[in-house]
Amino acid sequence: MTYALEIKNLKKVYQDGTVALDGVTLSVEQGEFFSLLGLNGAGKTTLIGIVTDLVRKTSGDIHLLGLDIDRQRSEAKHLIGLVPQEFNFNVFNTVEEVLVNYAGYFGISVKRSKARVDDILSRLKLNNKRETQVRFLSGGMKRRVMIARALIHDPKVLILDEPTAGVDVDLRRDIWDLLRLINKDGMTIILTSHYMEEVEALCKRVAILHKGTIVREGQISDIQKDAQRARYTVTVDRAVSKNEFSGITGVKIDAVENQSIHVTVEQSIHPLIEALFKNGYQIGNVYNRSNRLEKYFLADVKD
Amino acid sequence: MIGLLTLIRREVKRIMRLWQQTVLPPAITSTLYFLIFGKIIGPRVGSMGGLEFIYFIAPGLILMTVIVQSYQNVCSVVYLDKFQKSIEELLVSPLKYSHILIGYITGGLIRGFLTGFVVFLVAEYFLDIKIAHPFYMVYVMIITSVLFSLIGLINGLWANSFDHTVFIPTFVLTPLIYLGGVFYSISILPPIWRDLSYINPVFYLVSLFRYSFYDIQIIDPYIALMVLVTIVMMLYVWAYTILVKTNCVRK
Repeated sequence: MTYALEIKNLKKVYQDGTVALDGVTLSVEQGEFFSLLGLNGAGKTTLIGIVTDLVRKTSGDIHLLGLDIDRQRSEAKHLIGLVPQEFNFNVFNTVEEVLVNYAGYFGISVKRSKARVDDILSRLKLNNKRETQVRFLSGGMKRRVMIARALIHDPKVLILDEPTAGVDVDLRRDIWDLLRLINKDGMTIILTSHYMEEVEALCKRVAILHKGTIVREGQISDIQKDAQRARYTVTVDRAVSKNEFSGITGVKIDAVENQSIHVTVEQSIHPLIEALFKNGYQIGNVYNRSNRLEKYFLADVKD
Repeated sequence: MIGLLTLIRREVKRIMRLWQQTVLPPAITSTLYFLIFGKIIGPRVGSMGGLEFIYFIAPGLILMTVIVQSYQNVCSVVYLDKFQKSIEELLVSPLKYSHILIGYITGGLIRGFLTGFVVFLVAEYFLDIKIAHPFYMVYVMIITSVLFSLIGLINGLWANSFDHTVFIPTFVLTPLIYLGGVFYSISILPPIWRDLSYINPVFYLVSLFRYSFYDIQIIDPYIALMVLVTIVMMLYVWAYTILVKTNCVRK
């Protein structure tokens, strides 16, 4: 199977000795909407930088749609669209100049790129800003120009590094809709974000990066399904044996530690409480340990 | 090839859009030089190197403009591209590294040539210059532009602050230009200063350029050009190494 992005044992050690990536292995399927989550300094931007040739790797292999980015650098670059975290265009250029020049760097003639500019600017509601210098645009509009620029050469894999940071709610929803549409058309999207809501709303799969390593990777739907179950810890007045409550319907005993019982329940904790009362236990405390994606994330990146 | 042409087109548009900053100042400065050094001070100086003073300084003034403008163009553009991170547009694109370098250098070459031509027109207004070796003149202007564009490129890639972009022009270029025989013939210098002039590359450029104007040969023009081409090639390799191998633009 040819992955959209396949990373094997990627390492990056900066000159000052900082280990930014420590053996990251990751694969993203074609057409996926994939998210890379991590705290600031986790290594997300370094990883994106290496894939897009802005940062040099220390070791490891990267293939983009089957192309080795070391040996087939030029071909691979044609397939990537990048929306970086920070604005990185010449602010004295007009929106059209930014797009046409960028297309030119990818070998697209002015005539061809101008036709694409029309289409992309209308999709991003920027038609009336075509002749405006980028420095006069609002932050949200600059973000949209960055997305337009990343799409101008019709890439197969779109990488977005926190694309909606500092964007108002309305525009964020617009960008989400656009990204969904692009993904529906078959483009692979790799997104980093600080907004869990965004990741939950858009992505199918997620990898959590912490201190340069992948600490969790899986389908968002599985994690959400998991999150719908409630997890509790119940403390009682005396030691409990695990087998004592193993048969209760809808209650899974995760662990028993002396006077604490850790359980996952499908719907309600009541059957367990009733069973405890029935067996003569006095209940001390009941803690809800339920998780959403954010809680999983925070647990995974906790030192 | 479209990528390289795009980069060159971008540079040309920028130079033409900022003509008040790129073309006009050298025209005004050179006019003042010709007025003051040529018309006012010149007659009191008499002849220099066998020429009227104003005729003597004319090639040097043109070349001085070419040097400063080609250097300044590339250094400021590269530094600005780094500063606002727009250089990343080039780095993430499939553009060859050599095309990135040639694109920037061509920008410097065009600005150097354009401003040099403007100063040449000013000189023509004040003087009646007949060029002895016109093709040679163009050749020297090209090699000078490329040479100083490369120095500007290296400076721009290396610079991490505006201070770094000022250092080379202030402490290296200006002394080399003013001590390179633009305003005087080295024959009037004491022996020690005359010998020191021979290690100044600008002296060779100015001498070659003056040769192309008046057919006054101080050094063998072909040997001088070979030396300059060698320097250009060495600087190109240096700039390429900085772009590809160092941390100046990539982490």
